[in-house]
Amino acid sequence: MANSITHPRPRHTWLTDVARFGLLVRDAIRPRATPFNLAATVVLSLGLVVTWIRFTRGLGATTNLSDNYPWGLWIGFDMLCGVALAAGGFVLAAAVELFHLERYRGFVRPAILTAFLGYVLAVLGLLMDLGRPWAIWHPMVFWQPHSVMFEVAWCVMLYSTVLFLECLPSVCERFRLRRTLALVRRAMLALTVVGVVLSTMHQSSLGGLFLLAPAKLHPLWYSQLIPLLFFISAVIAGLSMVILESTLSHRLFHSQVADQRPADVDRLVIGLGKAASVVLLVYCCVKTIAVMKAGTWNLLPTPYGVLFLVEVLGLGLLPCALYAHAARVGSATLTRCASVLAILGVVLNRLNISVIAFRWNEPVRYVPHWMEVVLSVALITLGLVAFRWIVNTLPVLGARPTLTPDHGEAVSSKAAPSRGAVSGNDDGHAPSKEVSTCLRSPL
Amino acid sequence: MATNRRDFLKLLGTIGAAGAVGGQAHSAPPASSARPDAWAMLSDLSLCIGCRKCEFACKQANRLPNRPMEDFEDEAVFEKTRRTDRHNLTVVNRFEAPQPGEKAVYAKIQCMHCNEPACASACPVAAIRKTRQGPVDYDPSLCIGCRYCLVACPFSMPAYTYDEPFAPAVRKCTMCFDAVSRTGGAPACAKICPVEATTFGTRHELLVLARDRIHRNPDKYVDHVYGEHEVGGTNWLYLAPKSFAELGFRTDLGDRPYPELTEGFLSAVPLVVAIWPALLLGAYALTKRHEAASRGATPPLPGAVELLGAERTPTRAIEAGPQVRTGSKGK
Ligand code: SF4
Ligand code: SF4
Ligand code: SF4
Repeated sequence: MANSITHPRPRHTWLTDVARFGLLVRDAIRPRATPFNLAATVVLSLGLVVTWIRFTRGLGATTNLSDNYPWGLWIGFDMLCGVALAAGGFVLAAAVELFHLERYRGFVRPAILTAFLGYVLAVLGLLMDLGRPWAIWHPMVFWQPHSVMFEVAWCVMLYSTVLFLECLPSVCERFRLRRTLALVRRAMLALTVVGVVLSTMHQSSLGGLFLLAPAKLHPLWYSQLIPLLFFISAVIAGLSMVILESTLSHRLFHSQVADQRPADVDRLVIGLGKAASVVLLVYCCVKTIAVMKAGTWNLLPTPYGVLFLVEVLGLGLLPCALYAHAARVGSATLTRCASVLAILGVVLNRLNISVIAFRWNEPVRYVPHWMEVVLSVALITLGLVAFRWIVNTLPVLGARPTLTPDHGEAVSSKAAPSRGAVSGNDDGHAPSKEVSTCLRSPL
Repeated sequence: MATNRRDFLKLLGTIGAAGAVGGQAHSAPPASSARPDAWAMLSDLSLCIGCRKCEFACKQANRLPNRPMEDFEDEAVFEKTRRTDRHNLTVVNRFEAPQPGEKAVYAKIQCMHCNEPACASACPVAAIRKTRQGPVDYDPSLCIGCRYCLVACPFSMPAYTYDEPFAPAVRKCTMCFDAVSRTGGAPACAKICPVEATTFGTRHELLVLARDRIHRNPDKYVDHVYGEHEVGGTNWLYLAPKSFAELGFRTDLGDRPYPELTEGFLSAVPLVVAIWPALLLGAYALTKRHEAASRGATPPLPGAVELLGAERTPTRAIEAGPQVRTGSKGK
């Protein structure tokens, strides 16, 4: 901008106007042209193109789905993994709101935000995948309570609403809506209980969907215990995501979490890891019981058996041991490594059940179309961008609420200068400027 | 008795649904378990000559893209074993003869019209339903396109029109339900069959007929009526001159109706709704008391608070948390 003005003043023509406009655009874009933003722009544009093709030319043009493989990446990854990885919301909410583990309070808001975004993305993926997405409301009106899918539909719909309500406190604080805040605070206990009940139901129901596929799912994975296994592994995925996310938040949004001492956070992370290690141990035990009940040991020395062992030992028992060891030696880094392994384990489990070990003996197998992959990556990118935008706009990451319903602000803007949202408002800054400053720095 | 109980449950479900939403409550998949007078088909694979006229008639009846009848005489399609798809609701496959020198065996397959259909129990909106008459019918106007029915069907019969962007639908044989209930007669494939390999009748009379044929020609048939008991019985029955496993039929499906596979799980749902909140609130009260106790300067007990297994930060330090951290911030 400055350069263009310091030139000897040129004659004013429409061409100079265009040039000046171009420079304005360039200067607006340049500081935001981080590698992440560029990549995100490319991926999101591609995602839009795929969406367009999906809705004008159909599922056949964008996916490799077939009559034998009616569910592909969009269900197996976007839906099943998305919902499992979003389980941190109900786990952390239960720990803090129900079990009074107050020291984890700081993790609750980011966990619930991640969960909400996770569900929104899963539903977006579902809208792409459903043959008639405009009829998505039908299960609300045309009841068929004998269907597991019916239960999933209801629970996901209700729980997304609960998550939205649980996200409200930060919105209220940001816009200083005291009365609404008081209302939501009062409802928090009830919301948490309802959230846990709904999560228990649909996390297990997503596994329950496959109870009808004994003739199609590989015997190592098919079990009457699938619903239980899905629920337990969702808790694992949720805890691990919270651990991983706290790490990333500290790297990327350190200005916002400046009031949390790294050592404190590390100790809490290790605590979560310890819990995850216990849950993983339970999971591995139930998985063993399932195989014992089915009596399918003899299938272990086959290619699918190896895949099964990778999933259960490499990405189940190993992170379990790592979490436990990390707690013993007090290493948050190790806990974080374990969380990555555990997350991969849950993702592999979901993909195995829905895609890889499903109709495992067909001669022609399903391999995702590149457009399916692009859309899934685009949805993740959308989630990251939305998360970044929200934590830069709303008070989510800090440990303490910035506004209490009854007596003013809990934290003065001096004590938390980085909490741009509220203090910025006080100083009369336009919120958009706040956002753009934050956008520039971290990623 | 079983039917009574089911009907009662169905009634309850319907009332509950109507009461809760005041909307349109659709009946759950009724279990017209093997009603003897239900419509049924018997395909005698020892009679089938593989002319594929039934495929032609099926396309005609369902208004699917068709070709002239002569095209169906082309034997090249038998090179590969085919499954049903969106253009072919029934297909005829060829298998080796039971004895060298005899004629090959042809097997016509299509939806089996199960007595207790997995597809109907899977469908979240009751777009697929078991009709009172026996056929399993599909209503595209309700369908949301989740394709769970394709996942659930043990025989892998339903297909989906993935190439349709604006009105995709599930496609499967409906036993010509509309046409037969309107004008009577038989489904198209049974009507056209030149050798009566496929016969239309009531389930009871066809079972008697099948048993009778096996009885009179024990060396011509394997002693098994496929569909009599498979997955709780189906309304399409088969006779075969050689073992069904060698004719592409699944013989590992068992006799339990598929909806039973999810019944136990679904019946646990009300339990979760009833018990979970009580347990959770119990834990809430317990940990709250504990917290209050520790606030009153009692040393924290190891217990519910340590449930998540975090390091034992004295709870009082947490209470003082904000101040402590604000202080550390200042330095
Ligand atoms: S019309 Fe009859 S004989 Fe011809 S292929 Fe069909 S079932 Fe067999
Ligand atoms: S064969 Fe499959 S599609 Fe046909 S009624 Fe049975 S479960 Fe449904
Ligand atoms: S695809 Fe349609 S018919 Fe099949 S289960 Fe889903 S809603 Fe029901």
